[in-house]
Amino acid sequence: MLNKNIYLILIISLVFAISFWIGFNVNLLPAEASINAPIYDELFKILFIIGLIIFIGMTIAVIYSLFKFRKRNDQIGDGIALEGNLSLEIVWTIIPSIIVLIIGLYSYNIYDRMGGMKELNHSHEMMSSNPEKIWAGISQTSDNEISKNNLSIEVSAMQFAFLFNYPNGNFISGELHVPVDQKVSMKMESKDVIHAFWVPEFRIKQDIIPGQPTVLNFTPTKVGKYPIICAELCGPYHGGMRASIIVEEESDYNDWFNKNKKTEVNL
Amino acid sequence: MTISIDPQKTNNESLQPKGWLRYFSFSLDHKVIGIQYLVCGFLFYLIGGTLASAIRIELASPMSDFMPRDVYNQVLTLHGTIMIFLWIVPVVNGAFGNYLIPFYVGARDMAFPRLNAVAFWLIPPSGLMLVASYFVEGAAQAGWTAYPPLSITTPQSGQIIWILSVLLLGGSSIFGGINFIATIIKLRRPGLKLMKLPMYCWAMLGTSLLVVLSTPVLAGTLILLSFDIIAKTGFFNPVLGGNVVVYQHLFWFYSHPAVYIMVLPAFGLVSEILPVHARKPLFGYTTMVFSIMGIVVLGLVVWAHHMFTSGTPPWMRLFFTIATAFIAVPTGIKFFNWVATLWGGKISINSAMLFSCGFIINFVFGGITGVALAQVPFDIHVHDTYFVVAHFHYIVYGGTVFIIFSSIYHWFPKVTGKMLNEKLGILHFIITFIGFNLCFAPQHWLGLNGMPRRVAEYDPQFQLVNQISSIGALLMAISTIPFLINVFLSFRNGKDAGDNPWNALTPEWLTSSPPPVENWEGEAPLVEEPYGYGKQFSE
Repeated sequence: MLNKNIYLILIISLVFAISFWIGFNVNLLPAEASINAPIYDELFKILFIIGLIIFIGMTIAVIYSLFKFRKRNDQIGDGIALEGNLSLEIVWTIIPSIIVLIIGLYSYNIYDRMGGMKELNHSHEMMSSNPEKIWAGISQTSDNEISKNNLSIEVSAMQFAFLFNYPNGNFISGELHVPVDQKVSMKMESKDVIHAFWVPEFRIKQDIIPGQPTVLNFTPTKVGKYPIICAELCGPYHGGMRASIIVEEESDYNDWFNKNKKTEVNL
Repeated sequence: MTISIDPQKTNNESLQPKGWLRYFSFSLDHKVIGIQYLVCGFLFYLIGGTLASAIRIELASPMSDFMPRDVYNQVLTLHGTIMIFLWIVPVVNGAFGNYLIPFYVGARDMAFPRLNAVAFWLIPPSGLMLVASYFVEGAAQAGWTAYPPLSITTPQSGQIIWILSVLLLGGSSIFGGINFIATIIKLRRPGLKLMKLPMYCWAMLGTSLLVVLSTPVLAGTLILLSFDIIAKTGFFNPVLGGNVVVYQHLFWFYSHPAVYIMVLPAFGLVSEILPVHARKPLFGYTTMVFSIMGIVVLGLVVWAHHMFTSGTPPWMRLFFTIATAFIAVPTGIKFFNWVATLWGGKISINSAMLFSCGFIINFVFGGITGVALAQVPFDIHVHDTYFVVAHFHYIVYGGTVFIIFSSIYHWFPKVTGKMLNEKLGILHFIITFIGFNLCFAPQHWLGLNGMPRRVAEYDPQFQLVNQISSIGALLMAISTIPFLINVFLSFRNGKDAGDNPWNALTPEWLTSSPPPVENWEGEAPLVEEPYGYGKQFSE
């Protein structure tokens, strides 16, 4: 009996060890390029490890049972007439409930850190006397000093393109240029059907809905060019509905901004 | 006014065709209707599978080169609609429900045999109409979710036929649900208590409650959508002041419970199969019953987790996260109970058992990704990507379809009196299990790394993984061949099964195989211990 328990403890520790090793060493996610990304990846790692423990544990239990309790040729009759075990049932009701509750609270904390629970605002509304109702989206960290110089952009989506309006420069671009380490606040609306704004490297996504403006705030942290992907079926060319977001140093961004601003005025 | 049902009259076989022809008739025999559902569903499974193959061929290369883009959207719409409404829902509910429930409650037929036949005969015409809509201006191309305004702006005839077809199929489903509730509650043999029923009855009772409560909402929604399309009303049309997000709420109010309409019956079927082949009582009967009812209640209040990136305010995102994650608790209880049922048994490793164990492993995996997807911050990144595609195929294919095959291996001897060939069955399992996991496991990575769903083209960096997935799909297509050969050969000259080849204790095995028209020659037996394995030997 003691032997059996030692084996059980050994197997459970092995499952934990393997799951933790895989969780910490196998990276399934793309590059991290926004403030949200490392927060997301932290949640992912925890869920990945818990999931692996449960999955490997259950798979071992099923395969072991099939092997250990398989019917040998010389055997007749039935297995033991075991119809249930109340304490065991209580254990595997309470433990999963606790795990689920902890995951829920933890993901609430993650969501809060991403800015999900902040009031939905958009810097345009602060100036406007008649603020438009914002339906959904993600606000970001209400760090006051950041929000002072955040960049406001209006996004409009249509079959099958994104357009980015820079109200401060009075011009429209097909490419989204943003300076690194600065909060970007976007108000998005669709001209026809539902689209979605997704940047995998930023771990953010928000639908762009006709008739209901949504907001999406983010802070890029890594210079580079990343794809903007439409993630809501929007018609035949849905797969081709892409744009690019170019995160650059503030000086480069200012050069680009001023160049475009000037052209627009000359027109 | 009271209507009395005389079983002698309703089942008067002298008025019905005999032999194979009765399967093409308006038969009132629940066993015939069950087989009609199964065969009809399987034919649509072959059509839906062909469409899936077309999708995987298109996705074997990053460019949209195999079929025109609008045809691709039609193919994915039809694939989803056919697999859900014409294969899984009719088969796990209609086919097995009709065949087994009257046996389990000790009745000679369903409560409403004519309604039953009507429910089945709505399916073939609406299915054919759906498939044929491709030849009229093209089929619907807004996905099986038919989100407006896309569904309002795409070619109309296809979308309208889609709506009509789904309405008819929903009607069929509601008729079936009412029939199951009435049969389980009112037609039980005298002396048979609810808590002595086989678990599949409880699963079907829960499922039917969901069908009756939520399907009418889908019907109402689709009727409003058809008004928007035909009569140019503005319920969901933003141009006319409509609200597109309201459609999503109404749609998912049915379509999330629809997931449980597809998996709860499978939970019931696996609860019948495991005890028989493990020679052990079902572990924890009472908790199993309560967890089914828990899933029914929770299943009705989680729909907005499909809309976390849509127009949902933060508080709503939070509520639906917690409600959704808590479904894992009753579901988890069931899985622990099944493993405990295997533990200490004398397990026959046959095709039915292997498919059931494959189901446990696949579904646990899909359930784990499901709990992850319930977390708003997690979902925001992977919503509408291949991660979600992988997740729900683990649930509906790795889960339910595995159980459909397991059930066919388990009950084929009951229906035909012949055994299926075990070697071909195990071959079928091995190819299906490998093909399925090869097809869908890599798709999790695709979604995490930036491949959205419902696209005909993608970044070249995803080509290798997509090709692995396509090879898996090819294996899944091939796996149907040994199955079909097995069914045809065994049907013609399979080993004689006798009445009860598995020595099972549930009531359907306590009569001849195939059963007589009235199910039992004499009185229906009173089975109070459908899982009493090991009892007669222990003393």
